[in-house]
Amino acid sequence: MQTSTDYLLAVEGLTVSFDGFRAVDDLSFYLDRNEIRVIIGPNGAGKTTVLDLICGRTRATAGSVNFKGHELTKMREHEIVRAGVGRKFQTPSIYEDLTVFENLEISYPRGRSVFGALGFKRDAAVRERVEQIARDIFLADHLDQLAEYLSHGQKQWLEIGMLLIQDPALLMLDEPVAGMSVSERKKTAELLHRVIQDRSVLVIEHDMGFVEEIAHKVTVLYQGRVLSEGSVARVKADPKVVEVYLGH
Amino acid sequence: MTFLTRKDMLWFVVLALVLLIVFPLGLETFRLNLFGKYLTYGFVVLGLVLCWGDAGILSLGQGVFFGLGGYCMAMFLKLEASTPAATKIQSTPGIPDFMDWNQLTALPAFWQPFHSLAFSLVAVVAVPTLLAFGIGLAMFTRRVGGTYFAIITQAFAAILTILIIGQQGYTGGVNGMTDLRTLLGWDIRTDHAKMILYFVNAVLLLGAALLSHVVRRSKLGRILVAMRDKEDRVRFSGYNVAHFKIFVFCFAAALAGVGGAMFTLQVGFMSPSFVGIVPSIELVIYCAVGGRTSLLGVIYGTVLVCAARAAFSEAMPQLWLFAMGSLFILVVVAFPTGLAGVYRTYLDPRLDRLLPWLGRGRAPTTATVERPMHAAAME
Repeated sequence: MQTSTDYLLAVEGLTVSFDGFRAVDDLSFYLDRNEIRVIIGPNGAGKTTVLDLICGRTRATAGSVNFKGHELTKMREHEIVRAGVGRKFQTPSIYEDLTVFENLEISYPRGRSVFGALGFKRDAAVRERVEQIARDIFLADHLDQLAEYLSHGQKQWLEIGMLLIQDPALLMLDEPVAGMSVSERKKTAELLHRVIQDRSVLVIEHDMGFVEEIAHKVTVLYQGRVLSEGSVARVKADPKVVEVYLGH
Repeated sequence: MTFLTRKDMLWFVVLALVLLIVFPLGLETFRLNLFGKYLTYGFVVLGLVLCWGDAGILSLGQGVFFGLGGYCMAMFLKLEASTPAATKIQSTPGIPDFMDWNQLTALPAFWQPFHSLAFSLVAVVAVPTLLAFGIGLAMFTRRVGGTYFAIITQAFAAILTILIIGQQGYTGGVNGMTDLRTLLGWDIRTDHAKMILYFVNAVLLLGAALLSHVVRRSKLGRILVAMRDKEDRVRFSGYNVAHFKIFVFCFAAALAGVGGAMFTLQVGFMSPSFVGIVPSIELVIYCAVGGRTSLLGVIYGTVLVCAARAAFSEAMPQLWLFAMGSLFILVVVAFPTGLAGVYRTYLDPRLDRLLPWLGRGRAPTTATVERPMHAAAME
């Protein structure tokens, strides 16, 4: 028998209600190590709320989120990050007044306390890592540029880079290709294929072409509950899914 | 990592020359003492640059910390001025005069440690810092921010004023602590003493500006700016945002405390009129006029507004408040980045053309944030 600690992430009975409205209702799912899971579902199904609950941005009303033996529902946001959970927001969330280099440097997992940050030295290790990540996210030539002046797609990549530099065991991406041009989307798929090595990824995405390309398994959410779960082919053939989501 | 770019260095030296040579040579002692008083506000606005300009935390209660620093200094001076010999006509000789007037017959326990100069000097920094720590802990860990935080700091300014005025026997009430005379026997009221205190103050202010610069150039400084932009991103990058806010609020409070102590020494008294809501807001105006993201800009802004105020209120006292209000509106509407913004937009590019060696290794600055880019920083 497999227990919940064999999984990287075990979500069990997760519930959150806002003034009586259950945005996520008794949700359970399990994520294996190195698995890429895509969450799909119609608007208002609770997809983003699930990510918010895992990363501690929203507090669960009931249920548990177990990550590598840590109970995340009882931890504070920065502790969850330090345990190895990285979260990308839906709209690019970067520091516009800082350069690309500084954006990545702040995300580098060292000197995270007040006095650690005061005494932080920009040494060779930091510089090398920042430059390596910048190459991965196609921004090696933009290190000195203020993030404000990047294109929308570049901002998305920068935020992905800010997560990668922390080397999280679980990476959560909220619509990583939304609003991207065709060529940017292709590059992003390529980037994601590279970054998902050696870690688990939880992705929210609407673009079914993109989903088919990357997903190991798909979870379909509807009204805060799991409607269907399985391989892309299985989910696409599920009549319930076709009715509420894929049909239109 | 170079700590000061050539241009930073140039402007810092210019400020040092202005404070240490131009003012002392160009102003008679009375005016110089007034300018010394203005420069004590410089400590507060430096703190506001980090707290408000960088981290985006608007405090409308900096007068509280300025006042606490000033009162700690004043308590020491008052005790020294209240020797039994000097107060022998009182019904209880040896205690400050206002205590005697309020029928106190013994020095209250919390006054006792202020017999020691060392304790008083530590208290000048520690008391404001501890209060800021308490407020910060209560507010920032509960994620109170923005307007709500500004209003709460304002409330603290009101509370402290009411407390000081209400507890006349312990604080001197609305008159404050007056008739301060000597510091370890050295008369601080003479012209010579005022001159020396001016220089002590100017050097301390330059030191405070350098210290603030060090903090801003560290990664902590960049995290403050990052928090202002995208607090959630900082939090979800593994930082405890509340700790950073508490730190910067305490830092600003500590600087304000030093400013308050220097104020007491140079002006010779401390009263609740430097603690309350109005002075606290004036301090924010000085900072806005100078340009809240420039350490040097806010010092010039403060001196300029204060000097204008002195000139104005000598000529047309009734009009000063209107002038001050208009100035603030003008800055907010037309020059949101203050004097420093005007400098960066109009003068800085010209300076770069005139003296190209100054800008070497330095990318153009943006309108809102003055930061050398990492290329320069990595040299």
